[in-house]
Amino acid sequence: MSVQEVLPLSGVTTRSSGEYRADHVLVADMVKPGSKVLDVGCGEGDLLQLLETRGIDGRGIELSREGVNRCVAKGLAVVQGDADTDLINYPDDAFDYVILSQTLQATRQPRVVLENLLRIGRRAIVSFPNFGFWKMRLQLLIGGHMPRTENLPATWYDTANIHFCTIKDFVQLCDEINVKMERSVALDLYGRPVPLNLPWWVWNMFGEQAVFLLSRGGGK
Amino acid sequence: MGGVKSIPSPAISTDERSHEVDHPSSQVAHFGTEQPLRLDCGVDLTPFQIAYQTYGELNADRSNAVLICHALTGDQHVANVHPVTGKPGWWETLVGPGRPIDPKNYFIICSNVIGGCMGSTGPASINPATGKVWGLDFPVITIPDMVRAQAMLIDRLGIDTLFAVVGGSMGGMQVLQWTAAYPARVYSALAIACATRHSAQNIAFHELGRQAVMADPDWHGGGYADQGIHPHRGLAVARMAAHITYLSDAALHRKFGRRMQDRELPTFSFDADFQVESYLRYQGSSFVERFDANSYLYLTRAMDYFDIAADHGGVLAKAFADIKTRFCVVSFTSDWLFPTSESRALVHALNASSARVSFAEIETDRGHDAFLLDVPEFFDISRAFLQSAGKARGLTAKDG
Repeated sequence: MSVQEVLPLSGVTTRSSGEYRADHVLVADMVKPGSKVLDVGCGEGDLLQLLETRGIDGRGIELSREGVNRCVAKGLAVVQGDADTDLINYPDDAFDYVILSQTLQATRQPRVVLENLLRIGRRAIVSFPNFGFWKMRLQLLIGGHMPRTENLPATWYDTANIHFCTIKDFVQLCDEINVKMERSVALDLYGRPVPLNLPWWVWNMFGEQAVFLLSRGGGK
Repeated sequence: MGGVKSIPSPAISTDERSHEVDHPSSQVAHFGTEQPLRLDCGVDLTPFQIAYQTYGELNADRSNAVLICHALTGDQHVANVHPVTGKPGWWETLVGPGRPIDPKNYFIICSNVIGGCMGSTGPASINPATGKVWGLDFPVITIPDMVRAQAMLIDRLGIDTLFAVVGGSMGGMQVLQWTAAYPARVYSALAIACATRHSAQNIAFHELGRQAVMADPDWHGGGYADQGIHPHRGLAVARMAAHITYLSDAALHRKFGRRMQDRELPTFSFDADFQVESYLRYQGSSFVERFDANSYLYLTRAMDYFDIAADHGGVLAKAFADIKTRFCVVSFTSDWLFPTSESRALVHALNASSARVSFAEIETDRGHDAFLLDVPEFFDISRAFLQSAGKARGLTAKDG
């Protein structure tokens, strides 16, 4: 089995709020009605279905054949493909939003993928598990082993997640490649947003995952 | 009795076959000299006819028509008993009551392609200029020619936009040609086990088949009809070779292995000792009962010439620029005739055109033929794709 075939099915699972996953609802709320959206790593199409109920024209790419076929069998416009190699086939400005939900850490070249997201889409929405979360830090510091949580249960040798980062790391990358952060939300272990008025280091410590709405920065 | 058993002669007489050519057991649309079919080779084909079957009812706003495009050796009898062989329709797994393409919901049309031999004008038809069978005087036709003829039939039926165009293999090529030539007339397209161009390997296999036909002395330079005979042996060999390409190593092994046919030990002859040989001989001999040898030459040629990108300056994506059609592309893992890589190239081009496309590769060991067989995952996908498109189109599906 290739590395990403287990993703995002066993990559990250988040506590759901009602019918939909909390991070999905958060992502969907960032998308303006009537837009055209590409969901990269769309899994079994839960987010696309949520977007469809809001009248959004959604498309998806998914690596695993099972995931794709389940999406297509739900009537979703999903193709089999790899974020690392297939985004190049999409033209500039093809979508209003490109979503990368809990998949960035499983790509081989996160920076190139991020650049492609903002080439294809006028905006990108990226969510990822935060490796700066206090529970992660504690496991390394006290336990002396690679962190594992309920949402990231895989061991270091069979995880599909090869490029973990913290919120701080991600913000730094965005600055480096001139990406503008329009909105950012950190969710705690229970899927609740970490209060906005707290400083960055608190987010990086108490955010279990983060969701960013990004756009292209102005010319340098 | 030892020695070589040759391929058996067909049980059906040539007369019965040619009856279907001129007077098919189907509806026929005649196009007179005022409506010629302009062919890619520069010739106007006129007069000509198209034999077709329909199932279900056209709704009041004429929005529920589904065109099924048949493959190389298929015909218009997609969901009814075949008038020559007595076998069920060739795609009754997909088309019919309770199936994904149900006549309860859709007005289903399937026509015999131009160049075919089941009632649409082709090399087995009578050339009105000479009163004799066309034979090799019939102009070489292309996939776009077939589709142009189908569009004339659709016009004749008073249908502007097809809800769906569906086909596999050569039928899939026609689906893609429909979307490239008449994007506004195709609401959704289901292209199965096909490609936007015929590969060198596939052209090579077709050439093998054609040479087998032409090597049969009964072929008579294509003029066998005048002699009252048919090059059965050559056509059967062509079919045998082609049939291998429709299967897979794994499927052949599972089905036949090295098992012997009605015997324990080899006969040390060239008799059909192995089950797989016997099976292939049967495939060859049953095929010639219902198919015209020259038609086989023309249709394989049409597939060879197919290359959508070449018709659009070499850039495939240009063929689908700004297309609104909803696409579903399906391939099968063990299909080595139209491998997944071909479908993927199509999907990349559709993505580059920002087309709405679904693409599923289905795991099966049954090779290219899988599209005609009972593959539930394929049916689920087809059903869901058409239902979702139907919802967007405002069709009300009658479930059941």
